[in-house]
Amino acid sequence: FLGEQCCTMKILTLLSLLATHLSASSVNIEENAGQFFSSGHTNNWAVLVCTSRFWFNYRHVANTLSVYRSVKRLGIPDSHIVLMLADDMACNHRNPKPATVFSHKNMELNVYGDDVEVDYRGYEVTVENFLRVLTGRLPPSTPRSKRLLSDDRSNILIYLTGHGGNGFLKFQDSEEISNVELADAFEQMWQKRRYNELLFIIDTCQGASMYERFYSPNLMALASSQVGEDSLSHQPDLAIGVHLMDRYTFYLLEFLEDIHPSSKANMNDLFKVCPKSQCVSTPGHRTDLFLRDPGSALITDFFGSVRKVEITMETINLTEPIQQVDGSVSDGSSVVPPGVHR
Amino acid sequence: MGLLSDPNRRRALISLLTRLNAPICVVCYMAGVAWFMGLAFEPFTLRTYMSENAMGSTMVEERFPAGERALGTGREFSAHKKKAGGMPVDWLVKTMQSRGLEVFTQRFSRRLPFPDEDKERYMVKGTNVYGILRAPRAPRTEALVLSAPCSPGDDNNQAVGVLLGLAQYFRNQVFWAKDIIFLVNEHDLIGMQAWLEGYHHTNTTGMDWSPLQGRGGSIQAALSLELSSDVVTSLDLVLEGLNGQLPNLDLANLFYAFCQKIGVLCTTQGKLQRNDWDSVSGYSHAVQTMMLMVMKQASGRPWGDHGLFLRYHIEAATIKGINSFRQYKTDATTIGRLLEGMYRKLNNLLERLHQSYFFYLMPSLSHFVSIGYYMPAFGLLALILLLRALDLWIQLATPPPGVLSVLTPLVISHLTGVALYTLPIHFQEIAVEHFPVSETEAVVLTAIAVYTAGLALPHNTHRLLTGRGTENGWKVLKLVAVLYLAVLLGCTALINFSLGFILALTLVPVAAFVTPDLCSATPACTLLFSVFLFQELQEMPVSFLDGWMLYLSVISQGILDHALYGSLVYPLVALLVYPCWLLFWNILFWK
Repeated sequence: FLGEQCCTMKILTLLSLLATHLSASSVNIEENAGQFFSSGHTNNWAVLVCTSRFWFNYRHVANTLSVYRSVKRLGIPDSHIVLMLADDMACNHRNPKPATVFSHKNMELNVYGDDVEVDYRGYEVTVENFLRVLTGRLPPSTPRSKRLLSDDRSNILIYLTGHGGNGFLKFQDSEEISNVELADAFEQMWQKRRYNELLFIIDTCQGASMYERFYSPNLMALASSQVGEDSLSHQPDLAIGVHLMDRYTFYLLEFLEDIHPSSKANMNDLFKVCPKSQCVSTPGHRTDLFLRDPGSALITDFFGSVRKVEITMETINLTEPIQQVDGSVSDGSSVVPPGVHR
Repeated sequence: MGLLSDPNRRRALISLLTRLNAPICVVCYMAGVAWFMGLAFEPFTLRTYMSENAMGSTMVEERFPAGERALGTGREFSAHKKKAGGMPVDWLVKTMQSRGLEVFTQRFSRRLPFPDEDKERYMVKGTNVYGILRAPRAPRTEALVLSAPCSPGDDNNQAVGVLLGLAQYFRNQVFWAKDIIFLVNEHDLIGMQAWLEGYHHTNTTGMDWSPLQGRGGSIQAALSLELSSDVVTSLDLVLEGLNGQLPNLDLANLFYAFCQKIGVLCTTQGKLQRNDWDSVSGYSHAVQTMMLMVMKQASGRPWGDHGLFLRYHIEAATIKGINSFRQYKTDATTIGRLLEGMYRKLNNLLERLHQSYFFYLMPSLSHFVSIGYYMPAFGLLALILLLRALDLWIQLATPPPGVLSVLTPLVISHLTGVALYTLPIHFQEIAVEHFPVSETEAVVLTAIAVYTAGLALPHNTHRLLTGRGTENGWKVLKLVAVLYLAVLLGCTALINFSLGFILALTLVPVAAFVTPDLCSATPACTLLFSVFLFQELQEMPVSFLDGWMLYLSVISQGILDHALYGSLVYPLVALLVYPCWLLFWNILFWK
C-alpha cells in the first residue's frame, strides 16, 4: 500500500519537474526570440580606416588590421568590410619581417595573415573617398568591393585611427577631416536611410572632439582620449624598431578576443575597455543619440554578423495565384509583379 | 607728429645721439661680449632633443656581434698597407667583394700649389675604394655613406676593420631601405674631395680624377669614422665643416641619444661634459668648449673627412675614438653596435634632415644655443658701427661731402688686397730663386711682405689723395669705411657666425674710435692672438717661438685650403677685410 503511494509521489514529482522545465525553457525560447528582434538590423557592415602613412606610423595600420581581424572572426565577410589603409607596412622596405604586421611584441600575433583584402590602399585613402564611401556618392565605375552598400536595416561599425587633434583627423599628412564634416556625412547617411544603427570608434589624440558634433539619431561613439589628452602608443618592438599598437586598440583587441559569435556581452562592457590606469588617457563615449539602452545592445550587433531569421506562424497557401496590386488582370502581356518585400 | 618727422623732437634725438655716442658704443660692446659669454651658462641654453619624427627614439635592437673579427680585419689591412706602401687597393677590393658589396675604385691626382709641410706632400696621387651595399627591396634612389680614411702609418687601421665588419653584418639584413656606401679614401680630405666631385659630377677645384663607375642614389647622411686603437675610452663628435658649415643638429642628437643608450662616454671638442654648471669651474669648462667650437668654426677648414659633404647639403659628422687614461674601456663590438643603431635610425628617414637647427653652438653635447640666441651678441657689435655712421653723417650734414674723394683710397686698398691674394702663390718661384727658403716659407713670407707693404702705403700715396688736409675728408672716408665694414661683417656673420664675431670683436673698436691720431691694431694681430688662444683652450699652451711657427703654418694652411677645397676664409680676408681695414689705416695717417 505504501509502495503504491511512493510510486505515485515519484511520478507526480517527476511530472511537475518536467512541466516546470518545459515552461521555463519555453519562456527562455520566447526571451531569446524576443531578443532576436530587439535590435532591428538584418545585416552588418564595417568601415575600417587607417589614415596615416610612413613607417613610423606602423601602429595605426596594426590597429586597423587588428579590428579587421576581430570583425572577420566574428562573422562579417570581406564583401561587407571596406578596409582603407593609407600605407603598406607589410611590404615596406624597412620591415625586417616582410609580409607581416605584428600587433604584439616578440611577434606573437601577425594581423596581416593570408587573407587580408584591402579595398582602398595608399593614396586612395583621402577625405573625399572616405566621405563618398559613407554617403554612397561614388562614380558608377566603382567596383562593389569599394562601396558601402548598406540599407536602412544595416548596423555599421566605423573605426578610424591616425593622428588627430581638437576637431580634426589628419589624412595622409596632407589634408584633414573635421568633426563637422563627419557629422554632416552621418546626417546624409541617416536621411538616405543608409544605416539602422552606427557605432563610431576613433583612436587618435583628442578623439572625443570628433564625436562632439554628431546630431543624427542612432549613433553611438567611443573615443580613446578626451579633448586635450594624447592617446599613447603601447609597446615598441625593438627588432622591428617601431611602436606596434596604440593602447586603446590593444586593450580593445584583448577584449574582443574573448567575444565569440554567441556571446551576450553588451556595450556597457565595451565602455569599460581600457580604463585610465591602463590607457593613461581617459576613453570617452557618447550614447545620447542612441535610441536603445546601451545595455541592451550586444557587441555582436556591431562587431559580428549574426544572421537574423524571421519565424512566422502564418501559413501561406502557394497554390493560389498571387493577388495583383491593382486588382485587375491584364490580357496576359507584361504582368507587373508586386515589389519584393525586403 | 611722428618721432622722426617732428623737427623739435628730431633735434633732441640728434643731440642725444651725438652727445652720448661714445658711451653708448662702449656699453654696446660690453653688452655684446657679456651676451656671448653668457651663452655658455647652462640655464640660458636648451637641452638637445630629437626633432625628426621619422627617427624617433633609440628604439632598435643592436645585434652586431663581430667586434673582434673586425679588429682582426684591421690588422690584416695594416699589414697589407705596409706591404703596398699606401692604399692596398687589390686586397680591399677583394675583401669588399667577398662581403657581397659592389666594389669600385677611383684614381685621382693633384699637384698642390706649394708643398704642404704639415702633411709632407706636394704631388698627390691616390685611389679611393668604395663598395655599395644595395638595398634588398628598395629602388636605388637614396644612399647613406660610412667612410674611414686610409692614413699613413698605424693610424685608422681599426676604423677600416670596423667598417668592413659592419659591411659584412649589414649585408645579412633585409631591412635596408637605402643603399649604403662603404668608402675608404686615401689622402684624407683630398681623396674625399675627389670622390665627392666624381659622385656629383662637379669640378670646382681643378683636380684630376677618374669618373665613378658605380653610384648609389642621392646621399642622405654620411658618417666618417676615425679609430686608431683596439679599445676606446670615449667617442668624440666633430661637427665643424668647410667654411664653418655645420650638419643638422639632429645628427648630433642621434649620436648623443645612442651614446646614452649604449653607455659610451661621448664628448665634443674632446671635452667631457660636467654637471656642476653653477660653479665657476663648471661654467668655465662650458665656455672653453664653446670657444673651441667658435675658433674651429671661424677657421673655415674642415676638421674631419665629413667636412666636405656639407657643401652638397649632405648632413655628415666625424666620430673619433679616443683612448685616454680612464678605467672604463669600450670595445669594438660596442662601437659597432652604436654605428648599427645610428644607421638603422638613419635608414628610417623619409626626407633629408631638416627639422632641427642648422646654425647652433654647443657648449656641451647635451645643450645647444640656436642662432636666435647667439645672433644678438653680434647685433650689438654691429650696432656700434651703425651708431658711429649716424654720428658722422650728422657731423657731415652741414658742408656737403664729396664722395668721389673717397674713391682713390678705396681703389688703392682693393688693389693691395688683390695683390695679397694673388702674389704669394705666383711669386713663389721667384722668391725661391732669390732667397734661401722653401716654397711654403716663400709663400707665407710673401704674404706677410705684401701685408706690411700695404701698411706703408698711406705714407707714400698722400700725393694722390685729393681732399687731403681737409678736416672733413677723413670723416667721409671713415663713414664709407664704417658702413663697408658693417655690411661685410654682417654678411660674414650670417654665413659663418664665429668668423664674423671674432672679426667684429677686434675690428669694431678700432673702426669706431679711429681718428687721425689714435693707434690701432691689425687683423694680423687678431690671427696671432687667436692662435695662442686656441692652443690655450686645447690645454696645450705653446711658447712664443712655437706659437709663431704655428702662426705661419696657419697662414699657409689657409691658402692651401682655399686652393684645394674652396675654403673662403683666405679670399675673404685678403680681398675684403684687409682692404676695408686699410681704409681705417689711411685715416690714421691722414695729415
